Amino acid sequence: MRYTAEFRNPEVAQKLLESIRAAVAGYAGTMTLMEVCGTHTMAIYQHGIRSLLPESIRLISGPGCPVCVTPVDYVDHAVALARRPGTIIATFGDMVRVPGSSSSLLHEKARGADVRVVYSPLDAVALAQKNAEQAVVFLGVGFETTAPTIAGSIIEAKRRGVGNYFVLGAHKTIPGPMAILADDPELKVDGYLCPAHVSAIIGAEAYEPLARDHQVPCVVTGFEPLDMLQGVAMLARQVVAGEAKVEIQYSRIVKREGNAKARAILYEVFEPCDARWRGIGVIPGSGLGIREAYAAFDAARQLPVVVEKPREHQGCLCGEILKGKVTPKECPLFRTACTPEKPVGACMVSSEGTCAAEYKYGT
Amino acid sequence: MQVVSIDNETAVCEIDGVRREASLMMVDGVGVGDFVLIHAGFAIEKLDEADAQETLRLFRELLDQGVVPE
Repeated sequence: MRYTAEFRNPEVAQKLLESIRAAVAGYAGTMTLMEVCGTHTMAIYQHGIRSLLPESIRLISGPGCPVCVTPVDYVDHAVALARRPGTIIATFGDMVRVPGSSSSLLHEKARGADVRVVYSPLDAVALAQKNAEQAVVFLGVGFETTAPTIAGSIIEAKRRGVGNYFVLGAHKTIPGPMAILADDPELKVDGYLCPAHVSAIIGAEAYEPLARDHQVPCVVTGFEPLDMLQGVAMLARQVVAGEAKVEIQYSRIVKREGNAKARAILYEVFEPCDARWRGIGVIPGSGLGIREAYAAFDAARQLPVVVEKPREHQGCLCGEILKGKVTPKECPLFRTACTPEKPVGACMVSSEGTCAAEYKYGT
Repeated sequence: MQVVSIDNETAVCEIDGVRREASLMMVDGVGVGDFVLIHAGFAIEKLDEADAQETLRLFRELLDQGVVPE
């Protein structure tokens, strides 16, 4: 038993598809189900799930890729820090190739900047200990799954007395944009497949206001193929019955109350702040800023740099794609001016981006 | 991944022969043999084996009886 292969059984998948077809048999019209998790985006393409579902179910991807929703001025800020003498940039791999207004971290690396890809923010803390003369800046991008790990790294740096570890934070919380998109009349979201790992931290309870106040059914879903099909079946049944409840498909990991210990670590270091989302704009309280008590670890406060004026790329539809209003194929740049080798927008760069997934697995 | 050893707050975890260290700062009561969900070097949740078995039981029922579980 490893709790992976068991959730990929093709015979069970067929049965679950039967149950989905049965659930929507009498349903007139098309229901729009949105997922907001980069791993779901990838899994849907990887397993060809869209092509298996009945025509009355439309599965769309929302703002679930943290790198993609991060606005261009953050990349510009990271580029400016990479140019700062005596600075090492440490980051998850996805950020390196994201285009800024006029450069990228990859471009800066080629020009001699010290940019390192790490697996964990704790690796960046160790890097700071090994390079005591330099400032190590970790790029803190991610939702509620990643934010506690960054908070944990700051707490650990403090414990070890590491004074040259900094975080340039752009963390975001997902329920805010879900509420905004739920009310978007153009989009008409009938149900949410709620993220797997984010929900492990925030708990299924976090979606109760969404279900109650916006009347959108929510199912917290894992991302093995059987998880996703079962999640779709549960959501489709709610839509057909006109219900708006929060259910958990991914019960082996996600609890109603989430992980309180991880949240305590998160909110020890971070506090809610307003945040700007690519494509959506500023959402009050949807970001996480470093608290005053941990200001010594905040790259934005401690390492002032001049950041160029942000400039979005002409013709790039990332913003609309992140809201689920446009599919990658509808973007004029897709596969022509914008490819994984030469990306124009973040959605083509990140391994969790909708355009990258469509490019890799789409037909 | 499955926990193979624990030293203070750090666990060594394994899947398919790949081993990784993970901080246990965010989870309580993890022991050797437990399955944990790892994100960026931290165990962020312990897998609930009883719940996993329950989901798998529903899947088996689906196969055996051809009945859609509610």
